[in-house]
Amino acid sequence: MSAIPVSPIAEPWHLPSRGRVGMYSLIIGETAIFTIFVVAYIFYIGKSLSGPTPQQVLDIPIFNTICLLSSSVTIWLAERQIDRGKMRAFAAWWALTIALGVVFIVGTGIEWHKLIYQDGLTIRTNLFGTTFYSLVGLHATHVVVGLIGLSLILLFTLTGHVREEHSERIQVFALYWHFVDAVWVVVFTVVYIVGR
Amino acid sequence: MADQTLPIPGSIDVTPQRRSPSLLIESLHEWVVTVDHKRLGILYVVYSIFFLLVAGAEALAIRIQLAWPGNHFLSPQVYNRMFTMHGTTMVFLVGMPILFGFANYLVPLMIGARDMAFPRLNAFSFWLTAFGGLLLYYSFIGGFGLYGMGNAPDVGWFAYAPLTARAFSPGHATDYWALALIVSGFGTLGTAINIIATTLSMRCRGMTLLRMPLFVWLMLVVSGLTLVTITPLTAAQIMLVIDRYLGGHFFDTQAGGSAMVWIHFFWIFGHPEVYVLVMPAFGIASEIIPVFSRKAIFGYPAMVAASVGIAFVSLGVWAHHMFTVGMTSVGNTFFVLSTMLVGIPTGIKIFNWLATIWGGKIRFSTPMLFCVGFLFQFLIAGLTGIMLSVAPWDWQLHNSYFVIAHFHYVLVGGIVFNIFAAIYYWYPKVTGRMLSETLGKWHFWLFAIGFHITFDTMHFLGFFGMPRSIYTYEPDRGWNHLNFIISIGGMIQGIAVLIFAWNLFHSYFRGKEAGNDPWDAWTLEWAAPSPPPEYNFATDPVVRSRRPLWDLKHPEDPDWKYEA
Amino acid sequence: MIRKQSARTIRLRRLLVFWSAIACLRSAAWADGPQATPNIFAPASTPASSILGLSWFVLAITGGIFLGVGGMLAWAIVRYRVRDTDDGSEPAQIYGSTQVELAWTVIPILIVVVLFLTTARIIFAVQDAPKPRAALDVTVVGHQYWWEFRYPKFGIVTANELHVPVSNTRAPQPTYLHLLSADVDHSFWVPQLAGKTDLIPNHPNDTWIDPLHTGLYVGQCAQFCGVEHAKMLLRVYVESPDDFAAWVKQQQQPGNQDPKVAAGRHIFETQACTNCHRITGTAATGTFGPDLTHLASRATIASGAALNTPENLHAWIEDPDNLKPGALMPAMQLNGEQIDELVAYLTTLH
Repeated sequence: MSAIPVSPIAEPWHLPSRGRVGMYSLIIGETAIFTIFVVAYIFYIGKSLSGPTPQQVLDIPIFNTICLLSSSVTIWLAERQIDRGKMRAFAAWWALTIALGVVFIVGTGIEWHKLIYQDGLTIRTNLFGTTFYSLVGLHATHVVVGLIGLSLILLFTLTGHVREEHSERIQVFALYWHFVDAVWVVVFTVVYIVGR
Repeated sequence: MADQTLPIPGSIDVTPQRRSPSLLIESLHEWVVTVDHKRLGILYVVYSIFFLLVAGAEALAIRIQLAWPGNHFLSPQVYNRMFTMHGTTMVFLVGMPILFGFANYLVPLMIGARDMAFPRLNAFSFWLTAFGGLLLYYSFIGGFGLYGMGNAPDVGWFAYAPLTARAFSPGHATDYWALALIVSGFGTLGTAINIIATTLSMRCRGMTLLRMPLFVWLMLVVSGLTLVTITPLTAAQIMLVIDRYLGGHFFDTQAGGSAMVWIHFFWIFGHPEVYVLVMPAFGIASEIIPVFSRKAIFGYPAMVAASVGIAFVSLGVWAHHMFTVGMTSVGNTFFVLSTMLVGIPTGIKIFNWLATIWGGKIRFSTPMLFCVGFLFQFLIAGLTGIMLSVAPWDWQLHNSYFVIAHFHYVLVGGIVFNIFAAIYYWYPKVTGRMLSETLGKWHFWLFAIGFHITFDTMHFLGFFGMPRSIYTYEPDRGWNHLNFIISIGGMIQGIAVLIFAWNLFHSYFRGKEAGNDPWDAWTLEWAAPSPPPEYNFATDPVVRSRRPLWDLKHPEDPDWKYEA
Repeated sequence: MIRKQSARTIRLRRLLVFWSAIACLRSAAWADGPQATPNIFAPASTPASSILGLSWFVLAITGGIFLGVGGMLAWAIVRYRVRDTDDGSEPAQIYGSTQVELAWTVIPILIVVVLFLTTARIIFAVQDAPKPRAALDVTVVGHQYWWEFRYPKFGIVTANELHVPVSNTRAPQPTYLHLLSADVDHSFWVPQLAGKTDLIPNHPNDTWIDPLHTGLYVGQCAQFCGVEHAKMLLRVYVESPDDFAAWVKQQQQPGNQDPKVAAGRHIFETQACTNCHRITGTAATGTFGPDLTHLASRATIASGAALNTPENLHAWIEDPDNLKPGALMPAMQLNGEQIDELVAYLTTLH
């Protein structure tokens, strides 16, 4: 059973980074919450008793989607820059990420304004209204939380508190942003393609 | 057990002398701002024991009302609040916090770490949970005051829609239920994330995953399961709040919404939730039974595999709570199969514990008494669970007192017994003093007798057709004597718990000094002093097997020779 | 004319009879037929009997497991207690055994296979039982906190008491219940007749009973539905074909118009009673509350909360909260004389 016993002090000992493990765990939990809202959305497709249908009022938000998905690319570029210690390039790509995220939120706001005031679709109008605003709203909330985090980090970067050694933490935060974008892919598909 | 102070690196306390807080206010302040996992663990446990007494009082109120048919001790409105609050409190303010509290205290010590991965998140999560509980209980005095118990939730702990809709539950009772649990749910999520990160990223050198104590393994599995268990409830509760406040129609059957959607979502949470509650109890048993049988746990890899298996399969059995809602025969059959399958790894665990005891030298100190009670009772609970998994029989037994008997057998006979065992076992480590064995034995026997009087009898009430959630019953249905007997058993359990509370308090001041290792145990927490210093170990431990202290005590026959 | 039955139908029917026979053998200790206690071990109807037959089988298996494993546990804690004469050495440390662990994995799997297959057969036999031509259809509507029963074929609407014809094994005449809800979730449970099935708004369900003995069977709502869930009681009268036919005929009559109690009827038709209640042959056509056309033919009022006596009726109309706190019927704000006349009228509604 026992070979020559190897002293455990001599063996290499690597453990995963706790930040990454924590963030992945958070993502798993959030995925479960979104899954429930997506399941409710899918279940109620076509079941509204009245009111505007998705086909009647939904326009596919191509531009918004491109902005949000591009922000995943820009944040990835930012991560690469801080890894190399290029703080100014990092800040630039980071700021661009924020800008793209803001465009997405503003676009969502414009879309909702039209739906509410022109099409008469609110959360209480019918099942489509309830599930649409809940699901898209839940996602938008996560985008806003991400933007707040991104902005704080940008502030700390511009005041010189974020340096190359924080690269790992930046990457952990960026995981959250990638998650938010991945959720949008699912929400977009379910709401604007499958549900229409 | 002889106090064995071992020459293990880290068992020396090198804390520099510190002025201890002279004022009560300073001491309280330290407790409020602490991020130390040990203090937070104690806060969780004390919080839970407080609510155990409150929810226990609610149970006694229920039993007094049901002791005679046509009783007027509680009005129907108050009774419905009692059983709702009893269930909600026991699950969310006792069960979850006490088990996560044990994890908080023990996991870093057992893996040789200094603290949890995220100490500030740890504190934040505790206070979220605590606040959620306070919000839930504020409902008694919120709203219209104490008469009729204010706005305390009265829709059952399962809060089925559309009873919870504005139309059928005006007032704020349902809102307190949903909001309090959303808040404490985030606390639970935070602790789960913390435990996962701690277990994966903070183990001491040499402690591979397959050398972790089983309690740590079970907490890792439970935390992973929690991530996908609590979150569906949070989602459903958010939907409920949207329905009640924003005019949504998720569960509004008048607008085409579906009551079934709530039922599915609730049980998608509800079933794995009971595994979240019971698996830490399995972990406790897996720590205590070996030490008091003087043998290593039998089949450690199988225990790990079974735990992971249970977690996964438990995600696919939820509709066995829904056999009567009108699913198709194919749907019902699927869930019969999945439910029976989850019984297999669970049974394997019982066999492993039995094999651990077999051939051992059993010492019946109080922790072991409670664990032996757990083994018998969990066996019975599992078997009544198999009975309930037989859907046609469930068509009779669902929502009857048989189900109440079954799940109390698991929750009280299984989990509470193990919680008591854990407290008797680890109290010496936490406080440096032993709990009284005499009082412990009184506690055990009274509680066990009361438990069996109540819950053995209760199965028959279910066979005789008594449904649950009723504030009184007809006197001519043959339920009178059984209900009375059940109520007597409840009183006996109440007395036992009071003895326990007194033991906790009295032993803190007068208990025998415990030393590092009063039970002659084998996991790392027993290498630290009792109570451990704030930093746990002066130097990081290094381990080579699942039982590092066994290796030290038996250098001629260490475990690492036999572990694959 | 008996419809030609398929081979599968014949097999399913035989299966049900087989399990019912097992149940009847076991139930010999209990009297067949109605009991005061709604005891699942005293079935009086085919679905309840087949459930009981399966239950005995499951009980035997789980009982065996309990005796086996529990016995070994009891043996172990006695045999392996540490003795006073113990030398303090540690016992042999056994870390596992592949053969033993394999055995106690495989055997439970086999037990599960057996349990599962027997269970599945009964599920399909009861849920998918083909509906005989002679079956009676009743629609059950659950309300907070009473039961509405409609017999579409006979044009009858009644409340709280379900009357069905007795069936027999040679020429079954089961009653099929179509379950609806007017408000929240309820559940129809009469243990001696069948397992329970829920009434869920916007989600119709169906169940059936096949009672083989006449008599009164009791049950109650089994899904928490609000304040007075406990008082949503069920009474099922299983009657001989003649008695049932007589009952149907009586229920089909419009409300009794005894001129001696015209004053009471007048009060009924001009007060708020008509908002919620219906009595055929009068101006009252409300559907929120129970149909009262044949109120006096029922043994209880308020869905079983009280016996149907003039005193109780009086108390109920004066303030329903006295008999059933939380019931949705408001106090009618009538004085004692008015209620007396009303009660005199209502007691003529046979």
